[in-house]
Amino acid sequence: MTGPTSTARPAAATEGTAAVEKKPQLQLGGLEIDLGRWRDFSLVPVIFVLGVIGFIVSPAFLTSDNLIGVVQQSTELGLLVLAQALILISGRMDLSLESTIGVAPVIALWLVLPAEGGRFTGIELLPSGTSIFLCLLVGAVIGLFNGFLILKLRVNGFIATLGMLVMLRGLHEGITGGKSIIEVPESFAYLGKESWLGVPAAVYVCLGLYAIGGLMLGYLRHGRALYAIGGNPEAARAAGIRVDRITWIVLAIGGMLAAFAGVLYTGHYGSVSAGQGKDMIFQVFAAAVIGGISLRGGRGTLFGALTGVLTLQLVINVMTLAGVPAEWTKFLNGAIIIVALVVSRFVSGEKQD
Amino acid sequence: MATAPPAVRADGIVKRYGPTLALDGVRLEVAAGEAHALVGRNGAGKSTLVSVLTGMHRPDSGTVAFSGEPAPAFGDTSAWRARVACVYQKLMIVPDLTVAENLFLNRFTGGGAINWRRLRARARELLAAYGVAVDPAARAKDLGVEQRQFVEIARALSFGARLIILDEPTARLDAGGIDRLFAKLRELQRQGVAFLFISHHLQEVYELCDTVTVFRDARHILTAPVSGLPKEDLVEAMTGEGAARAGAAGGGAAEEPSVAAIPGQAVRAAAAPAADGAGAEPVLRARELAVAGAYGPLDLAVRAGEIVGLAGAAASGNTAIGETLVGMRAPDDGAVEVRGAAVRTGSVPHALEAGIGYVPEDRHQQGLVPGRSVAENATLTVADQLGPYGTVLPSRTRRFAQRMIESLDIKTSGPGQDVDGLSGGNQQKVVIARALARDPGVLVAIKPTAGVDVKSKDALLGVVRRVAESGSGAVIVSDELDDLRVCDRVLALFHGRVVAEFGGGWTDRELVAAMEGIEPGHRERADHAGRPDRDRPGRPDQSDEPDEPDQPEKGQEA
Repeated sequence: MTGPTSTARPAAATEGTAAVEKKPQLQLGGLEIDLGRWRDFSLVPVIFVLGVIGFIVSPAFLTSDNLIGVVQQSTELGLLVLAQALILISGRMDLSLESTIGVAPVIALWLVLPAEGGRFTGIELLPSGTSIFLCLLVGAVIGLFNGFLILKLRVNGFIATLGMLVMLRGLHEGITGGKSIIEVPESFAYLGKESWLGVPAAVYVCLGLYAIGGLMLGYLRHGRALYAIGGNPEAARAAGIRVDRITWIVLAIGGMLAAFAGVLYTGHYGSVSAGQGKDMIFQVFAAAVIGGISLRGGRGTLFGALTGVLTLQLVINVMTLAGVPAEWTKFLNGAIIIVALVVSRFVSGEKQD
Repeated sequence: MATAPPAVRADGIVKRYGPTLALDGVRLEVAAGEAHALVGRNGAGKSTLVSVLTGMHRPDSGTVAFSGEPAPAFGDTSAWRARVACVYQKLMIVPDLTVAENLFLNRFTGGGAINWRRLRARARELLAAYGVAVDPAARAKDLGVEQRQFVEIARALSFGARLIILDEPTARLDAGGIDRLFAKLRELQRQGVAFLFISHHLQEVYELCDTVTVFRDARHILTAPVSGLPKEDLVEAMTGEGAARAGAAGGGAAEEPSVAAIPGQAVRAAAAPAADGAGAEPVLRARELAVAGAYGPLDLAVRAGEIVGLAGAAASGNTAIGETLVGMRAPDDGAVEVRGAAVRTGSVPHALEAGIGYVPEDRHQQGLVPGRSVAENATLTVADQLGPYGTVLPSRTRRFAQRMIESLDIKTSGPGQDVDGLSGGNQQKVVIARALARDPGVLVAIKPTAGVDVKSKDALLGVVRRVAESGSGAVIVSDELDDLRVCDRVLALFHGRVVAEFGGGWTDRELVAAMEGIEPGHRERADHAGRPDRDRPGRPDQSDEPDEPDQPEKGQEA
């Protein structure tokens, strides 16, 4: 029944008006207004609590090996979440990211690997030094194609990218014949496996990209435009923002980030398996949702998304250390999504009035 | 009828939401068969009272009685529905179901399968009983707004309700539709149905209602027969200040002195000299502008300092003209020039660049980005001016917004406030701020005062006047006489053509007649005397078209 909710609106509006009138209170505390901003930090105490639980559960938790493992695993997921967050903020969604993370490296490697000798034969069209660039290019092309489907042909974005997810997974398996690629060029694997100052290079790269993304969203006009587009595309258009073009670029950037996540993933594990990235999209949504990214667009920050990623990975890590079998991770991921959705529903529900 | 108990009687209703007192011991009594108006500025508590009267919210204290009997228990929806129904601004019918299904939604009789033939027959009977000429087999989405309202009213009556609450029912109707709605309401009134009519249009209150109740700041101010209440007194009750001292006492220094509580009059008077002194050079010129199916070739020139009104009912094409001027729609033919330079049509960024500011028709649809701050909304059009190299500096954004808040007197706790928390009038000011942010040479405002209270209305029109006085041109697209009164020149449109042009000094009757297609001094044309608008041809194509202009210029933006 939509009746009660929609009729409750007028009342909410009345109240909002009244809220304007209690000026002194709002002006008195600059803090009061900033409360909204603190919402982004709401997961920080959760992460802290998870750390304490981890410490109690297992002595192995607070070791550098374990923590570095957690952050390294967070990088690949983190980049996908970064991509999805940007897309969600501009009011769209892209399910095909989880296939892009696999198929982009596969196509790149297929283009550079020698035609004979290895377990996996490529076509050696281009020098192996270009593989990372090719991978990113494939990601961008996938994003642009998604944009073409959604923005030009105006098909439903959810189903279109779901179709792309399946199609790209099929392409991946078709090219590799269902086998893993283990002959990964050194240049391609470098970022994923190298450590700088004892910390995986991927972590620096990932944090750097988050920082760049955050700065863009906060301080660039095209970044700010994403919030306007996601919040109300018609208003954005009436204000002279080129809605379709910017959305298209965001989808391309999303594809590129997913492809880059593929580079890190491949480097990390030293090979591309046939199922690389499979089912990751659920974790991506889980992290984005608990990180406070609104599925309806226009709301959320990258910092929130990043804390979402860390929270999710810590939960899984703590559970693993506590002896919960790996088979149960999926159950946990699902449960986390549901809990996060319910919580965010109530948090934003309260915020509405 | 005089002995019948009142259709509804509410006494001492108190409702608070958290710290906010939304209703402070208000009372309301609507006699059976009466048309009762409930007026008040935004935030006066009207909507809250409606939700209390319809059983959506439980009051903290106070009593409600229908026809002398105490109100049903809270949560007993069907019992409430048998007593009272509300027709909201946003219609509550399922667009893809037929009229018959909508009428009997969730009360198809019989246990088993639905007997469609019988359902339609019953629907036909029901509609006929209330004299609603709608085909029960038609899909609800194919109906015009007024027909949908009739269907909703018929549905409400079929539940047994004898009190219908109408929340701004005329907001989306043109003048002809309003007349037909009112005729229907009067007819139902004679059958003993009582109406509670909520409207910002005081004229309509006078036209339709017997009694008026005014709320202000969550309190009951007065209830009086409409006939004995001068309009000034009504406005005074709503705003809480006398018409004479509106400028001085009201909001202090920020209030425009030229703005009085009677819309139009004073503003118009102040306007006259400015218009005379205006230069002859047109700031905005449209040549043979046309959109197929919406309006025909149009020539338009707006001089500096001039406000031109485009008057017309919903299907007259005036909204489409406004949208074409600002680039929201691509014209099929014709050109737009700003200060002699051609503007690329069909592209909002180009129009903005050329100096055309746009105040869209519906602030919720095209105006505001919900959940974002006042500052962000107000600076949406000037994001390129808020820092070097495409950056947006928060400090500069805040400063810019602060200036806007001050110059437009936006009531907000600060630039950081969420726009959702503002009242309608102040939200509209934010939309206007956004349009003015670029110092436009021409301001195109479509229905700039829709859904705002009387006082905000004057302030908003005062802003448009000031813009014109500062040497810009302005175009107001509206069917509201109050909006058009501030114009120096009014073009009346009917079926996409300019049918009349008025300088100053038109009478309401003349202009309304022209908008209705009755050309003054000319032969009356029988074919459109009655119904200029049923299905609003201007609307449906809006959503299909918008992104077209985006594609050819890919990669141009630096």
